[in-house]
Amino acid sequence: MTSTGTHDGSLERLKREGRIVVVGASLAGLRAAETMREKGFAGSLTMIGDEPYEPYDRPPLSKQVLLGNAVADHTALPRRRAIDADWRLGVPATGLDMAARRVELGNGDAVEYDRLLIATGVRARPWPNAEEGALKGVFVLRTRDDGEGLQRALAAGPRRVLVIGAGFTGSEIASACRERGLDVTVAERGDAPLVGALGGVIGAVAAEMHRENGVDLRTGVMVTSLEGDPSGRVRAAHFSDGSTVEADVVVVSLGAQRNTEWLSGSGLGAGPRGIACDAGCRAFDVRGIVTDDIYVAGDVARSPHALFGYQFLSLEHWGNAVAQADTAAHNMLSASADRRPHLWVPAFWSSQFGVNIKSVGVPPMGTEILITQGSLAERRFAAAYGYQGRLIAAVTFDNCRWLPFYEQQIEATAPFPPPFSTVDRRPEGTKPMPADFPDPSVPTHGPTITLSGYSPADRKMTFTPGR
Amino acid sequence: MTQALLREIIDYANRANPYPLYEELRKTPVSHDGDGPYVISTYYEIHSLLHDPRISSDAKNLKATGNDPLGEQPDEEGATLPPSFLKLDPPDHDRLRRMTNRPFGPPHAPHRVHDMRDELGGLVSGLIDGIADTGQLDRIDLVDQFAYPFPVTVICRLLGIPREDEPRFHVWAETLAASLDPDPDADPTQHGKGTMDARMELGMYLAGLIEERRKKPGDDMLSQLATADGPDGAMTTMEALSTSALLLIAGHETTVNLITNGMLTLLRHPEVLQRLRDDPDLAVPIVEELLRYEPPVQLLPQRTTLSDIEVAGVTIPKGASLWLMLASGNRDPKRFEDPNRFDPDRKDIQHLGLGSGIHSCFGAPLARQEAQLALSELARRLENPRLLEDPPPYRQNAVLRGPRHLPIACDGIRP
Ligand SMILES: Cc1cc2nc3c(=O)[nH]c(=O)nc-3n(C[C@H](O)[C@H](O)[C@H](O)COP(=O)(O)OP(=O)(O)OC[C@H]3O[C@@H](n4cnc5c(N)ncnc54)[C@H](O)[C@@H]3O)c2cc1C
Repeated sequence: MTSTGTHDGSLERLKREGRIVVVGASLAGLRAAETMREKGFAGSLTMIGDEPYEPYDRPPLSKQVLLGNAVADHTALPRRRAIDADWRLGVPATGLDMAARRVELGNGDAVEYDRLLIATGVRARPWPNAEEGALKGVFVLRTRDDGEGLQRALAAGPRRVLVIGAGFTGSEIASACRERGLDVTVAERGDAPLVGALGGVIGAVAAEMHRENGVDLRTGVMVTSLEGDPSGRVRAAHFSDGSTVEADVVVVSLGAQRNTEWLSGSGLGAGPRGIACDAGCRAFDVRGIVTDDIYVAGDVARSPHALFGYQFLSLEHWGNAVAQADTAAHNMLSASADRRPHLWVPAFWSSQFGVNIKSVGVPPMGTEILITQGSLAERRFAAAYGYQGRLIAAVTFDNCRWLPFYEQQIEATAPFPPPFSTVDRRPEGTKPMPADFPDPSVPTHGPTITLSGYSPADRKMTFTPGR
Repeated sequence: MTQALLREIIDYANRANPYPLYEELRKTPVSHDGDGPYVISTYYEIHSLLHDPRISSDAKNLKATGNDPLGEQPDEEGATLPPSFLKLDPPDHDRLRRMTNRPFGPPHAPHRVHDMRDELGGLVSGLIDGIADTGQLDRIDLVDQFAYPFPVTVICRLLGIPREDEPRFHVWAETLAASLDPDPDADPTQHGKGTMDARMELGMYLAGLIEERRKKPGDDMLSQLATADGPDGAMTTMEALSTSALLLIAGHETTVNLITNGMLTLLRHPEVLQRLRDDPDLAVPIVEELLRYEPPVQLLPQRTTLSDIEVAGVTIPKGASLWLMLASGNRDPKRFEDPNRFDPDRKDIQHLGLGSGIHSCFGAPLARQEAQLALSELARRLENPRLLEDPPPYRQNAVLRGPRHLPIACDGIRP
């Protein structure tokens, strides 16, 4: 028992009567709060969220909700246990005073804490031209309100929907539109859908899926402007290749921005790439010194991962939010020797055009890809990504039952190309090919994983401004 | 050492309680000697092999059967029928299983099993009424009078096989199930011939039925298998044959044991039986715990490696024969607390009783529903049931393990 927390009883006091504040009352915030209570935290717990709703689940918003199979206000997250919290909903946190251990709120209030968890997530990147973005019929999709609005617009039977950006969310929206029988155009600046996240080889399969399902897919083009009619409704979009598409619903799906502005000037290491933290979820301050009372979890966090060369990963993955929240909550209530690292292997799922897509590891780190099982042509396969002779990630299309195996291989830093035979190995799975990720300096809609920096002990660590 | 232990496991003398032997086996998670099989006995190792794409179910990939006590026998699906999807790898396995699933489960037939509930309930009541009608409550054989006829009738109805023909294929099914049984002392040629004949006869019988259904389809699964034309196209006649043979045999030989093992366990744990009597919903967790505690399929003896692979520090060479000891994994104290305790209140019970991975039990939803209904009804209707022999006489089979008879008595049968 070396930790001060145990020696002087401060940890026991924290558990008994401490004040814990969570900013960001969504998936990561809720799961962390539940874990804290589970671990016997009996003090006061304040949940601050700028949305007026209780924590809800976002993945259905681009899937079941758009299909009309689920109602947006019925996506509340199931509660694992009562958390007995003081809920401050509909009020944003606007500032942080690290010295005074105080969070300032938009309504002028302030809340003091002994431990703070920041889980403010990301928001949809808006259309760069605010006036065009404000046209009626132009949507982004991040919140429950967004989901409900977009679903209503789709139910009204627009003549054509334009989706700008073919990342996971954009592709899921396009898929939902087709399932509803709506005409849809997808515009993607990269060469194919999902290229940022999964590379060109898989992107080509995704492109086929769009086209076969009747999506008017335009790649290698940018939407340059949106045009409204006199009543302020969107009616058309102009493309960089000179073409025009008429659409009465436009969904801007250009990736996300981290909700860190409220921390500017606070001295916390928060920027456009998120909030850097150590593997134990403790936030860094701007000097690169780790704090001991401020923790981060979920989409807003950026943390080093031992398995991936200590690269700082920002993940916009549901599973990451849950796992990281759990680790943060555990560490917030533990003496230093008992803290755990967040060593979750990144994993993501999506479902579009009736195909179940899952990945583990960090595909964008991969330089090569090998179809290890199944076939691209059948759109039922497992593919492995290689990086400097090792297996770094895998993706499956309608074949997710093999994924745990690849996850184990990644954890064991298995070699690439995999030296073994597998069931369902086809001729195309004998030679690796370039994974074909776009040049990271040329933006696509934005990959769901960004990598930057190396070891937390690396003195050259700098914040790179967002692109 | 392993061989000796394997022989003991196979030895009929240990059939009633193989669990101490499994415990011995688990001391070495991967054990092997001579040219026998590699025997995997611990939970996590079995679980990961079941999800490992380097493991094949296709006997073609076996290098040599060597001294494998099961390997002596010719493939029981031998020359008469092509292998069923149980013994195939993807992509063929996936295609056939997908096609078989179309008329059976979600997404295309999400209600099929659920919709059979009333019918199953009727069968259960009928069989229990039948026992009451005999008036002989001082000696009931729960296997012959209940646990066997119930699932057999169900699988026949599901497939659309006339129940009257049951006596004929009962014999074939028994022979085929027995062929799975490792009997090191039997004359392999004799054994093999009987199996082949049974397969042949069963195949011809089913071929006749499939032919009829092609001409005049009903809404049974045989018709649907014979006439399906989903995205994967139609099954060939041979594929439809081996698939329906698989379903018929599996329907005969596994649920019987689940129900019998279940009733035996409940009679040994009267407090749980009483709880089930008071609360039929308890059948759900009880059946799950049974699948862990007394799984009807004790081991999977027919997998092989496609590459050299390392498991728990042992390198298993390519083409080796694997035995995955499911029932042993289910009692691994590293995975389940106090594993030898039958505890229907157990949380987190991801057992291996129905396998796992791509070959996990196809009929699982049906088997679960059958066992839940059967056990809750038996608990409700039998008054003061008791075991007449403990342990009861077991079937020879070490793979599909269960009592051959389960003699019980009771004081009365409630309506
Ligand atoms: C449409 C859609 C589909 C998705 N589908 C998938 C999927 O299929 N698979 C998958 O793995 N992931 C998916 N995701 C991602 C997943 O939902 C996120 O990873 C997850 O929600 C992250 O949780 P979080 O708690 O970190 O952040 P969030 O859920 O974004 O929560 C952050 C909360 O903090 C609030 N907040 C922000 N700033 C402040 C402030 N200053 N004060 C107070 N509150 C603030 C926000 O309003 C928000 O409510 C999807 C996301 C979306 C939007």
